Amino acid sequence: MALVKLTINNQPHTIDVDPEMPLLWAIRDVVGLTGTKFGCGIAQCGACTVHLDGAPIRSCSYPASAAAGHKITTIEGLSKNADHPVQKAWIEHQVPQCGYCQSGQIMSAVALLKQNPKPSEEDIDTAMQGNICRCGTYERIRKAIHSASTEMASAPKMPKSTPKIGKR
Amino acid sequence: MSTTPTSTATETGTSRRNFLKAAGLTGAAFALGFSSADSFASPVLNLSGQPGMGLPESVELNPYILIDKSGRITLMNPRPEIGQGTYQSIPALIAEELEVSLDKVTIRQTGGETKYGGMWSQAVGGSGSVRGGYMQMRKVGASAREMLRQAASQQWAVPIEECMAENATIVHKPSGKKLTYGQLAEVAAKLPVPKEPALKDPKQFSMLGKPMPRPDVPLKVTGQATFGIDAKVPGMVYASIERCPVLGSKLVSFDASKSLKVKGVQKAVKIERVVGKNRYEGVAIIADNYWAALQGRKALSVTWDHNQFDTFNSASFENKLRDLAKTDGVQGHNTGDFEKSFADAPNKVEAFYETPMVSHSTMEPMNALAHYKPDGKVELWVSSQGGDLVRGDVAKVLNVKPDDITVHILFNGGGFGRRITQDFATEAATLSKTIGKPVKVIWTREDDTQLGPFRPMTFSAMRGALSADGKAVALQHKVISPSIDATMNETYDKTKADDTMLEGTGDQKYEIPNLNTRYVHADIHVPLTYWRSVTSSTLAFSHECFIDEMAQKAGQDPLAFRMSMLTKDSDSKRVLTKLKEVSGWDNPLPAGKGRGIAQWEFFAGLSAQVVEVSKNKTGGITVDKVYCVIDLGTVVNPDTVKAQIEGSIAMALTAATKDGITFENGQAVQKNFDANRMLRINEMPTVEVHILAEGGPTIKGVGEPGLPPFAPALANAVFAATGKRIRKLPFDLEKV
Ligand code: FES
Ligand code: FES
Repeated sequence: MALVKLTINNQPHTIDVDPEMPLLWAIRDVVGLTGTKFGCGIAQCGACTVHLDGAPIRSCSYPASAAAGHKITTIEGLSKNADHPVQKAWIEHQVPQCGYCQSGQIMSAVALLKQNPKPSEEDIDTAMQGNICRCGTYERIRKAIHSASTEMASAPKMPKSTPKIGKR
Repeated sequence: MSTTPTSTATETGTSRRNFLKAAGLTGAAFALGFSSADSFASPVLNLSGQPGMGLPESVELNPYILIDKSGRITLMNPRPEIGQGTYQSIPALIAEELEVSLDKVTIRQTGGETKYGGMWSQAVGGSGSVRGGYMQMRKVGASAREMLRQAASQQWAVPIEECMAENATIVHKPSGKKLTYGQLAEVAAKLPVPKEPALKDPKQFSMLGKPMPRPDVPLKVTGQATFGIDAKVPGMVYASIERCPVLGSKLVSFDASKSLKVKGVQKAVKIERVVGKNRYEGVAIIADNYWAALQGRKALSVTWDHNQFDTFNSASFENKLRDLAKTDGVQGHNTGDFEKSFADAPNKVEAFYETPMVSHSTMEPMNALAHYKPDGKVELWVSSQGGDLVRGDVAKVLNVKPDDITVHILFNGGGFGRRITQDFATEAATLSKTIGKPVKVIWTREDDTQLGPFRPMTFSAMRGALSADGKAVALQHKVISPSIDATMNETYDKTKADDTMLEGTGDQKYEIPNLNTRYVHADIHVPLTYWRSVTSSTLAFSHECFIDEMAQKAGQDPLAFRMSMLTKDSDSKRVLTKLKEVSGWDNPLPAGKGRGIAQWEFFAGLSAQVVEVSKNKTGGITVDKVYCVIDLGTVVNPDTVKAQIEGSIAMALTAATKDGITFENGQAVQKNFDANRMLRINEMPTVEVHILAEGGPTIKGVGEPGLPPFAPALANAVFAATGKRIRKLPFDLEKV
């Protein structure tokens, strides 16, 4: 056992666990955030996808101790009011059926759009191939990613500083 | 996860007690009626995990509708949400008639309480929830609405005709006076329940028949939806159970000394898993967290007696099925004289079809949290296809009175028939009794893949005969397979044709004068169960591929051949006519492409599909597009229907072209998703869904009918594109 310091959704947590314990179980059983799901335990299904410094990882196959010092984001930390553009697109297209895979799907989609704001069908297929949906919501996932991409591109970006208004 | 405080509903005389009867809910499914004693004796679980959502001071207008003074309305949903949309569709049936909007109500899940009816009143299976509840749940809403109107008319001393229900309010039309449901509930609850409440004219529906958003979707995109695996109670421990993957083995001994050295491991205890008539022994490792339980399990050493079950393998079992195909079996359906007409016919076709065993592989592995309390009462939190099924099985296995069992049904991370069997729930309850603590059992994916119960394989010996002018005159479908019923129940009767294993084979609308179906039973020790669309999931493949073979022999177009056997009016005929039009069946496809068709009618409903495929330049086949026409009669949420068809096709494509479950040395070869592969996003074809729903009294199922026609339509498309007949599933699309 060892003390592991994790930062999950900007909250610090110090937990006393077997350093080999996968991040998934640290998040679910020890920290108590259950939005991240267990599907296979061998990095085959993507249900456990979370972000480590913004990049998607399979938390079932990632030791909790290795995540120390990094910024971990789970589905619960994506937005306060279900208003991340990807979540909104998921609602608009009514993507989930049973919903069990969807935390992982959304985390993968958010990471994709961050890295590639205008993904093609092929880009989506490549980036989302690691996430199984047994209910078969794939077509809606594709559509929702395209919608989110459009929405994110058109959303007004907050200017870094107040622009000067003057004559040309 | 939070549970909510209990409110004791006040007894309001015989009116409510007779509610189920008065509302016409006393059919087989609702035989038990309502007992006031257990009215809300159990806390109601909050599926969104939000605290502070109790039901204080609620008045129960009927067992499904609770209204508190502030006007907050709670609707009880008896049908577990497994992804099929009952969390929206069932409450919508009530809400439509009650005149409340679904976003203004709280939806709660019932847990098998007897006041909602007997066995299967609160379970999901057979695509039966909406079609079974369509009139019943509307009556539930309508009778409450009438009681509220009555209450307002008394209060205002005006004729009831002047009191209209809208938006959770009764409005006195001439004066514009208003009373909310919250203000009226207490008085309304004391009124007699109307026997035949007027139902709305479907033309006035604001929700039913329209694509409506599902209230569970926001919960599921934020991680707030509570699934069984997410349930938590104070003081609970975790368990992982080592069971022998060689099914049928007996536990000889175990040594847990190394397991107990794993930090966090508390105990190792013997445990029995009950699946129908089958009992499997195992060793449970109890620990502080699930990871520790898994580590403890790895350190366990167990001696099993395989009792020769380790010699079982799929290859020899399949040979046995092929041998058995030579026997006659038992007759199922019969019209005319098959043998004579077959012998006399100028043109004959014969073919043999094979399908595999498959796993359900719900994304959420089997799990349950149970607390067997010192007073002998049991409480469970579980993803299950029926609270009543959980109660029934836990009562049986632990010898506890059903009324001493409280069940909280949470969101199911998939069901597909797997969660009709409650082995995971009885395991957790038994374990909790043994160790005296609340315990959550979680199966690993390996457990889930290897231990069954599985969908049975079916083999089919097909024989068909055509007249000189190419008309189908005789068809025989002989099914050779193990049986679900035989692996689950002691009382199986081998002398009778097994209707489940012959499902649909005698029910197609084709006008074939001599039709014979037969069943040859093969014993197996592996537990088998229902899988989405049950045996239709395999028999439609053999049946509808063979119809194509007959069409080929007759030198006819596959669709035209089918239509030639559908001269009389039927739903199948209408579906195929529509499919012909929407799929552009008569437009020629470019070279290297092909399309196939199939339809299937069975207990759950009817759909037909056209699948379009293309030959890859580098070899193999790509599934491009699927057109589906589903016949419903009446539709409740068209968007949910569409989703169910998309899902059915993904599942059917997986079963037809991936791995299936095979046995070697007594155990399933496939352990996890690396070897038991599931369809992934890059393999999903485009799906176009057309719903036939012209209204009226007919209402058919949604969750399953989209599945059976897919595999045969795909195989028929492969034939059209390549000239190659697929007679054995699964087949590899890359290797066609
Ligand atoms: S649970 Fe981590 S990839 Fe499946
Ligand atoms: S929605 Fe059920 S597994 Fe994806």
